[in-house]
Amino acid sequence: MKIHTIPILAMATVLSIASFASAKGEAPAPPSNVVAVDAPDDAGQAVILSWALSLNDIFGTLEADSEAPDPNLVVSMYSIERRTDTSANGEEITEEDKIWRQIAESAAGEVTFTDRKVQRGWTYSYRVSAVDIQGEVSSWAVTAEAVIPIMQAFNMSKAWLAIFMLMFGGFIAFFINVARSGKKLWVRPIAGLEAIDEAVGRATEMGRPVLFVAGIQDINEIQTLAGLTVLARVAKTAAEYGAQIEVPTCRSLVMAAARETVEAAYLSVGRPDAYQPDRIHYLTDEQFAFVAGVTGYMVREEPAACIYMGGFYAESLILAETGNYIGAIQVAGTAMPSQLPFFVAACDYTLIGEEFFAASAYLSGDPLQIGSLKGQDYGKFVSVLILVIGICFATFASMSGTDDNFWGNSRNFITDNMLGSAGLLPTGSGDTDIEGDDS
Amino acid sequence: MKRLVPLVIAIVAGFILLIANFIPYAESWGLTAQEWFNILAVGAMVLGGGNLIKLQLMKISSKKAGWGYAAVTVICFFGALIIGMGKFGVHPNELYPNYAWSGYYLEEGSSMWWIYQHMVVPLTATMFAMLAFYVATAAFRAFRAKNIEATLLLVTAGIVLLGRTYAGVWLFGWLDYFPETITNFSIFGVPFDLYAMQFDRLTMWIMEVPNTAGTRAITIGIALGVVATSLRILLGVDRSYLGQD
Repeated sequence: MKIHTIPILAMATVLSIASFASAKGEAPAPPSNVVAVDAPDDAGQAVILSWALSLNDIFGTLEADSEAPDPNLVVSMYSIERRTDTSANGEEITEEDKIWRQIAESAAGEVTFTDRKVQRGWTYSYRVSAVDIQGEVSSWAVTAEAVIPIMQAFNMSKAWLAIFMLMFGGFIAFFINVARSGKKLWVRPIAGLEAIDEAVGRATEMGRPVLFVAGIQDINEIQTLAGLTVLARVAKTAAEYGAQIEVPTCRSLVMAAARETVEAAYLSVGRPDAYQPDRIHYLTDEQFAFVAGVTGYMVREEPAACIYMGGFYAESLILAETGNYIGAIQVAGTAMPSQLPFFVAACDYTLIGEEFFAASAYLSGDPLQIGSLKGQDYGKFVSVLILVIGICFATFASMSGTDDNFWGNSRNFITDNMLGSAGLLPTGSGDTDIEGDDS
Repeated sequence: MKRLVPLVIAIVAGFILLIANFIPYAESWGLTAQEWFNILAVGAMVLGGGNLIKLQLMKISSKKAGWGYAAVTVICFFGALIIGMGKFGVHPNELYPNYAWSGYYLEEGSSMWWIYQHMVVPLTATMFAMLAFYVATAAFRAFRAKNIEATLLLVTAGIVLLGRTYAGVWLFGWLDYFPETITNFSIFGVPFDLYAMQFDRLTMWIMEVPNTAGTRAITIGIALGVVATSLRILLGVDRSYLGQD
């Protein structure tokens, strides 16, 4: 048996070596239609390169349903090279950039690459080759024309965002002016904010402190700022009633800002002597260490009122449940949708989302700020209007059974352009508009 | 002046970040503003650390209740500070092999890494684990069927809780043995599909339809609230965060 198998094995080995040798000399088909265009909506810092897959790329041939390619020539990756043709403003091009040099490799099946290491105003040429699993490189497919990355004056992908911003800003500015003219604007009562005075009053009666937590985010977050505006009011009420206020913070800058806020509140009611800066103190940046510190304080000192206003994460329920356990009256406000159910379950009053942001204007009673709330309501009306129109378009498009009609196109315009990033107007083909094609 | 300078900084930085969002030329301005904030935040850490130590030392010196914990805090603070700054057990960075302190302070195997892995992580995990118990007590209170809304919440929560476990699948698993002719029927022309009533499918529907709708409504309100608050701050209408109404 062994005597017969040895020559067969030897023959098979020779044939496979011969086949391998022939494959070694053969290269895969190159990619085609290599096009380089300036990336849209940027400061001239990127070039988008695209190409058609090599005929030996299994991702391409499978899609085309053609014959299976030679397994030895299957493309494993694409090699991308770049040459700098000219520079801008007389800047010198390095010697290695003057010739073709590899800048990236792209996996098989990929048809685009974004080169983000380009300089504005310089001219670049690109070429792409396919590399098979044996390491054989195809001939190069070169861009027909060079590309110059340029800067766009405006980011058109955010055109609708800018329009909405201007519209809402216009509403707010208009109603601020209306309020300035002396017209009374009505704002619905917010129970959670009405309860703040009650909570501070209760703390005063019981001779216990008021605990205020302005979230765990830093001062650059809008929720922290909104929390500090509520703190101003709480501190003012506490100063008027003679209650003690305790403000542990999770960020040093928040501590500094909170001290300013509380000090000014005490000054405004003529009680600067009652202001105790050490009661506004920094604990730690660590989320759960901060929670441990605050809940420890709550259990030891048993504040009569706990007010949580700011950005919270998983610690929200630990704080609120501890407050509930000690029997404190609790008011919370946050713009974290995932934490709202916890506050609703554990606190006496909760400011939900926009109510939290309205708190500052509501508490101040300043007509200018209340005017901004009215403007916000009109912004909400526009949002609801767009939603209803979008729902109608989507429903009619679904009923018509095709997207290629007025209803489908209108729905796509709302989702892709107005609410998406496809630019101001539809491009027709549905593709993203590519500006600045300098080739 | 004490209020004016921060106000001007807030307004200028706010407008820069706003413009940087729409004008490609100004993109780098936003990054610069962010870098400035990071520098300020690092500087403020000294302020925060100093404040923490000052309060703990005051507690110890006045022998207030729990002053022993304050002593532990001070010891841990300086211990971590010395170990972290000394970079004990940290190897020099490959790019700068001649500089002993050039390595990453949390390099695997270093003293600071050990403190983090064997002290900070377990302690944090312990606090996080307690959340499960808090969820149970909060749910117990929230799900008491005091009125119609609370009853609806209780029923919905029951379905979602069961639907998220194997019990939900198991409870209605027997429906799979019946042909569609039995599970699909109509009453007065209204079609019914019993498969859709399985808890896992109901849970999916609750999470995808009513829950998503409610969350989006809140999110839209929040987004508009953020715009209005930002404009109030940018226009200088709201200055209460500076301690002034």
